Order: sequence, then C-alpha cells, then structure tokens
Amino acid sequence: MSAVREPPERWRDIELEVNGERCALRVPEREHLADALRHRLGLTGTHLGCEHGVCGACTVRVDGDAVRSCLMLAVQAEGCRVETIEGASARDAVVQALQAAFVERNALQCGYCTPGFVLAAAELLGECAAPSREAIRVALSGNLCRCTGYQAIVDAVEQAARRLSNSEPPR
Amino acid sequence: MSEPAAPEVAARAAAIGEALPRGDAARLAAGAGRFVDDAAPEHALHAAFLRSPVAHARIRRLDLGPARSMPGVVAVFDGEALAAHCRPMCGVLGHLAGMKAAPQWPLARDRVRHVGEPVVLVLARRRAQAEDAAQAIEFEWEPLPVLAEPEAALAPGVAPLHEALGDNTMFEATVATPGVESAFAGAGAVVERRWETARVTAVALEPRGIVAQWDRHEGRLRVRMGTQVPWMMQAVLADVLGIEWDRVSVVAADTGGSFGSKIHGYADEAAVAVAARLCGHPVRFIADRLESFVSDVHARGHRATVRAAVHADGRLAAFAVDDLCAAGPWSVHPRGSVNESRHVLGLTGACYSVPEYQARIRVAMTNLGLYGQYRGVGHPLACLFTETAVDSLARRLQVDPLAWRLDNLLDDAGPWPRRAPAGATFERLSLRASLRECARLMDYPALREDQRRWRESGDPWRLRGIGLACFVENSNHSSANYGRGGAAIASDDGALVRLTQGGGVACAVGLTDTGQGTRTALAQIAADAVGVPVAAIQMTVGDTDHTPVSGGNWGSRGIGIAGEALWRAGCLLRSRLLEAAGALFGREAAALDLRAGAVVDSSGAALCTLAELARAIYLRPDRFPAGVLPEPAASAHFAQRDLDGVYTNGASASRVEVDLRTGQVRLLGHWIVDDCGTVINPLLADEQLRGAAVQGIGQALFEGCLYGSQGELRNATLADYLVPMAVEMPDIVVGHVGSPTGTSRLGAKGVAEAGVTGAIAAVVNAIDDALAPLGVEMDVLPVTPERILRAAGVLDAEAGSLPGRVRSRQNADDAR
Repeated sequence: MSAVREPPERWRDIELEVNGERCALRVPEREHLADALRHRLGLTGTHLGCEHGVCGACTVRVDGDAVRSCLMLAVQAEGCRVETIEGASARDAVVQALQAAFVERNALQCGYCTPGFVLAAAELLGECAAPSREAIRVALSGNLCRCTGYQAIVDAVEQAARRLSNSEPPR
Repeated sequence: MSEPAAPEVAARAAAIGEALPRGDAARLAAGAGRFVDDAAPEHALHAAFLRSPVAHARIRRLDLGPARSMPGVVAVFDGEALAAHCRPMCGVLGHLAGMKAAPQWPLARDRVRHVGEPVVLVLARRRAQAEDAAQAIEFEWEPLPVLAEPEAALAPGVAPLHEALGDNTMFEATVATPGVESAFAGAGAVVERRWETARVTAVALEPRGIVAQWDRHEGRLRVRMGTQVPWMMQAVLADVLGIEWDRVSVVAADTGGSFGSKIHGYADEAAVAVAARLCGHPVRFIADRLESFVSDVHARGHRATVRAAVHADGRLAAFAVDDLCAAGPWSVHPRGSVNESRHVLGLTGACYSVPEYQARIRVAMTNLGLYGQYRGVGHPLACLFTETAVDSLARRLQVDPLAWRLDNLLDDAGPWPRRAPAGATFERLSLRASLRECARLMDYPALREDQRRWRESGDPWRLRGIGLACFVENSNHSSANYGRGGAAIASDDGALVRLTQGGGVACAVGLTDTGQGTRTALAQIAADAVGVPVAAIQMTVGDTDHTPVSGGNWGSRGIGIAGEALWRAGCLLRSRLLEAAGALFGREAAALDLRAGAVVDSSGAALCTLAELARAIYLRPDRFPAGVLPEPAASAHFAQRDLDGVYTNGASASRVEVDLRTGQVRLLGHWIVDDCGTVINPLLADEQLRGAAVQGIGQALFEGCLYGSQGELRNATLADYLVPMAVEMPDIVVGHVGSPTGTSRLGAKGVAEAGVTGAIAAVVNAIDDALAPLGVEMDVLPVTPERILRAAGVLDAEAGSLPGRVRSRQNADDAR
C-alpha cells in the first residue's frame, strides 16, 4: 500500500452566531460543524455517535432547522445562526418542557443521544402541537437510542406536548 | 410500597420501590454530561491507529517515516516499539480445562489476524492530523489464508492462527447424562432445530474512549475512560505496563452506553496507556464509529443444532445441543471469548424439567473480529435454542405452546434449590408464575382467538403469530468463574458511608453508571438503610481513588452485590448514629430510630435532626459523655458466596404480523414479566427491561455483522448495520413477579439483561407461529424479509400468487 498524500490543510476564518452570541472562528475547511462546536467553542453537549449522519446525536439548529452537525462543515455555517443544546436549554421553553418530561419519564439512560432527541422532538412539536404516538415515533426515527426501549421517549414527548398546550399542569 | 421486596427492606422502605426520576438526568438532558472526550485536557494529544485492512497477513514492511514528518505529529509507535515497554494480555480462564489463547500485544507484531487490528499508533496535536499521518504510513503485507468460517478453522490439518497453540480450538466441552441416547432412541417424538445466529455488536452510542496520563512525579498512570469496570481496568492496565495495580487510577466518566462492550482489555486502549507513559503527554483516544465496528467485541455468531425429545405422553424426555462458535483470533482479556458458549452448554433446556441432557460446545479461533460479551452473554442463545425447539414440539404434538410450557416448566413450588443437568444451580425460580402473569397481561386467549379469526377471514398475505419464551438469567455472580479463573475481576464489593458535616450521607461505591441509573438506585438503598430522604444522599461511583473495590457493572450484578454492601453499610451507620444520639440525649439507642433524616423515639417523636446530630458530633464533642467518641462513618462489603450466581427468570411474549408481499415483520405487541427480586426503582427497572428487549428484537430482525469470505466486515457503518429505531418498535408491557433472593438482606437480583434474553426467541416463535400454516420454521438470524420470503416460498412462487398452503385456503374461500 503506498501512501496517499493529502493536500495541505487549508484554514478559513468564519463568523457565525452561536447560542445568541456572535463569534469568529478560524477552522480547517474540512472540519465539520460538530467538531468546531465541541473543540473550538467547548460546547460538548453536541455528541458524535457515528459521524455519518445516521444516529442524530449531533443534532443542532442552524437558522432554526434541526440539522446533523456531523454532515455540515463548519465553513458552511458562515453567517448562520447556530443553536446547540446548551443554548436551547437556556432559553427555549419547548426544549425545557421536553427536558423536564424526559427526566420525569426516565426517557434517557446514558444520556448520550438525549440532546439530539430533545432537539428533534422540539422540531416536531413546532410543526405539530399534539402529535400521535405513531407520529412521534416516525419523527424521531432519525435518532438512535441504544439504551431505552424508545417507549419512555415517546411518553415524554407526549407529556411535554400536553403540558405545552396547557392541558396538563407541571408536576 | 407495592413492588416486591425482602422483609427487612419492606420494613424500612420509603424510597426503595418508588419510581423516582434520576437525580443526574437533568444534567444529561441539558447536554452537560461529561463523557470521555468532553473533559479531556485541551493539550492532550490525539491518538489514531493504522488498523489492518486485511484479515490475515504477514507484515512485510512498515515505514513510519512519512508519518513522522507529517504536520502536528508528535510520536509514532509500531508493535515492536511498544512491546519493549509493556507486557501482553492473554484471555485465558485458568479453571477451564483445555482453554487456549495467545498473548495479545497492544499493537500487531509480525502478523495481523483480523480486519481492524491496531498496527500503528500515531499521536498528533489534532485527531485529523493523526489520521492523516496514519494514512501516510507505508504498510506492505503478505496475504495469508483467511479463516472466516469456524468449520474451516477447526478442519484437520489447517494451519493454526497462533503456531504455539497447535490448532484453532479455543475451547471445547461436553456434558451428557448417562441415559440421553436411549431417551432420544425411545422417544415418542423428537424435534430438531438448526440455528445460525449472526454476529452482532453492542453499538454503544458513545464509542470507546480513553484519556491516559502518566504522572511521572508519582509514578502513576491516571486514566479517564468509558468503562463498566474501573477496578478491573486498573489491574489490566497495570499488568500491561508492568507496574503495581495500586499505581493506576481509573475514573469512569459519564459513559454513553456499554452493554458488555466496555468490560474488556482492548489492545488499542492498552496501546494508548503505554504510549502516554512513553511520551509524557496526556493522550486521548476516541474510537470513531467505523473503527468501533471492526474493533469492539462482537457476540452471538453461533451455529447450533438442538434436539428435544418427549415421551409418548408429551412430557419432556431429553434435550441436546451441539454448538459451534466463531470467536476472533484473540480471546479477549481477561474474561475470555468462550462464555457465550459456556452458557449455551449450561442453560439450554434449563427452564424445564429435563431428565436427560447432552451438550457439546466448540469455540474456534478465526480471522473474524474480536469476540466477547454482550448483554445476556449466551443466555439469549440458550433461550432461542430451547424455546424454538419447544414451539416445534408443541406444533408436532398439536398442543398449545402456553399449556405445554405450564406443564413442563420447573415447578415454582420446588424443591429448591435445584441443579440443572449441566450444573447451574437455581436458588428459586418463578417460571410458571411469570408465564401466567405474561399470559394475563397479553390476554393470551383473546389473542389466540384473534389469530384464529384472522386465519379464517383476514388478509391471507398478512399472517399473524404469537410467540412465547421463558428464560433464566444469571446475576449476582460469585467468584466461581472469573476469580477462580485467575481474572482480576472483583466479586466482593464495598461501600463507604459517612455522615457529612451538613447532616447528609456521603456514599462511595465502586460501580459505574453507564446509563442504568446506578447512582439513583444506590441512593434509594442508602436512604432507606440510614433513614434519610434520597435528597440527603451524595453518591460517588466509578473512581478507583475514591471508592472501595468493586467488580463493576456486568452480568446484572451491580445492585445485587454492591447494593447489598451499601445496604449493610447504611444500616451500620444508622446504628452508630443512634448510639451517638442515645449518648447525647441519655436514651437507650435500641429504642431510637432514624426516619426521614430525624432521630425519633419509639413514639415517633423527633429528638433531633441528622443535621443537628452532625453539628454535635463534629463541632461539639464536648456535649457527649466522657469516653464516648461517635463513629459517624461505616463500611461494609459483600460477596455472594452461596451459589455460582443468583438466577433471575421471567417470560417474554411477542405478537407479530408477517406480510408475505414484502417479508416485513410488524410487531403488534411485546411483553416481559421479570422476577428480579426486590425492585429498587420500577421506573429504572422497567426501561432497562424495555431497552434490553429492543436490543433483542434488533437481533431477531435486523442486526448482523456481514462478513465476506476474506474476513472483511461488509457493513461496518451505522447506515448498513441496522439497529432498531423508534418507528419499528412497539410499546412494551412490563410486569414483575417478586421472589427476593435469600442470599442477601436486600433481596435484589439483576434486571439489566433479562429483557434481551427472551426477546429473540419470543419474536422468532411469533414469526414461526405466523408461518405455521406454511409448515416452515426460520433457522437464521436475523430473520430478514428476504429470509422470510424464501422460507415461505414467495420468492420462488409465481408473481402475485400466494404460496401453496395459503393459496389452497384462499381458493377454498373463493369457491365459497
């Protein structure tokens, strides 16, 4: 096997908004957004489970949409509004309601997939205030949880949806 | 409390048995977990490996020069460079007669023996630089014949993968009762099932990871890693480095799932530890998903023939199993790669009253990937082999499979304890009660009636089936296996508890929390033992510097063993605190109790809070009578020594619809009833059972490592290796039957694996039941749509037509 020489690494300066704050980063062009968030900004709530777009653990919001930050280069986020689980936890009522329900229903075990599930579920609740269990399962099927049986996650999303539509008071 | 509990626990239970949410869950849900990579020192070097791209070859030339000159590279090590500074691992259990394995070095030397085997370790400032450099290494190899099939590996005259071992048999064993042959010869009926079960892998969502740092001032290796077994890893890494065990500190970080994949001495992690010592920098290694698939242990992957015989009156007469397993080239250290097979040997047929029994197991060394433990460890296979044979018997005898099981299962009434034919001793089982409860939860008669009506008038392309599976699952292990086999895996766990200055209780236990909710369950145990609210408990786990020795989390042992130690330590602390309170207030300690964080007398009146007692003890020793010096701390240890292990048991059931147009299996329902003795927290226990069941359903329907003839793993990505996602899974109904173990005061047995053990068999039996009108049974895992369509004859049938047996019914319908 002979060596495959990579071209020298190229770097770019980018500016983006992360969790409501403007930031300037110098990143290798090949670095994906998740690595930039984790290693350059210390936002370690964005997890890497596969780095090929299947597991959903790296889900973040870019300009309001839930995206897989392992499939997006950091340089592609130039000028974008990025929100990670850290930012969403601090200011997003839907995310907070989901997190409370995840805790109450034991909808997480190791917690590695959970930030991704919470952001994916928040996107679902943004589109549909009272999804059926089946709709929840479909919407979350791009996220892998290896610990729970998914049932508690579905329970938690249902509970959060009910609470957000004020049909059930918080415990 | 309504959950089952041992009497001593029931008398004090306030938190135990309650469905309490986890105290650490909010942190994890907010993304504030500290997984291995999250807290690595910023200046830690990144490790990347050149791994073997071929399954078997001689290393002809390794030129590390190009890698050394790449940007950011700090050090590059090959096998010889590390071997000079460490010792190999070897996964042999000394008490297993004839078991063989070769010494495994951190990096390959002279030969590579599986795809993914680490060959060169590169340390660089960034992971991308380390990967670039690994790619630049010039690696030339000379291909050697690949043993990708266990039969080929064991064939006479085949060159051994390790010359010194003589052949490729890692282990073989047989058991037979004297009358087994005549039982089969004189049987009223005999059924036979052949099984080929795919290799699967745990796919813990956080890949394996380690951060290692050599403290040259103290001569100490400090490691932070995702592991279930920090104390075992202390011994493993110390032995690799050739230093005393006590000079390795292991902290188990928040760990993103484990399921048995993080209880092994992996070569790449050992290489990182040695390299950290050599280079003087902290080193971090986080496996990516692609290398996880080729370097994590795999499991299952058996070929077996199982036979069951009944007397003329339908009672069980004999069971026999012949099992062949394709392990990897190395036996994983220190547990070995033969334990799945040993459980097949020990537990096939074991739920039943089996007069005669015969089993043979063989484990072959092959050029497939590493092979080891995964949730359930062999129990799901023993269950699959047994329970599919039982359903075959029921079909042959034309009896209801529920009724047959209830007649032939070991009788709950005993006598107990009872020894299975291959030696496992059951303390007490509740197999019949569990199955009856399962049948009640699912409303078995109604589902059978639905099936009957559906077969008469439903869509003939969509067949409905019901599957049952009864199981036993070992937990609370003694030292009979690993300790006696020479492995540094503790079976004695300790617990330290102490009164804090503020009146809380600080506990230290050497278990880990890789998602089970260990901290919460332990806090509930400590709270009730001492007599304080759960909120008063501070829990430290997973740290060899700050906890007592522990065997860690594997084999559904954590709560049963370490939880018992904690219960005892907590009770001891309570009595010491009551002595202190008695001395302080001039009362008889025996007449006092601690309840909800207050010292109360026999009338229930509070004498003081624990916070007040703590202030008195720590700040005002002068208030105590002369000569009284309170001891506001306690320690206790526990090892289960009565039995090799304390078996849990239960029943699983599945209901499926098989679409003969597509071969798709839709799960209409799944049920588990489990007997784990004292239930500490049903919220945690139930989702453990569900999560395990989903892994079992995955193994039944989706999961399998696909190897090519040259030992190459063809589906080593998450896009190709299919795991269950939410949309494929049904809601799962969980029930409990409670027989607290008498081997401990807490009475808790394990719960983490039971869900997987019966799930595979239940799903397969449901599919077979659906396909019963076609007269076919499945024989390969996973049961993919293609395999169903081929078995059903649909792929070979005329387009748009139903296979024979179904078509004849439809024709009859049309004629009507």
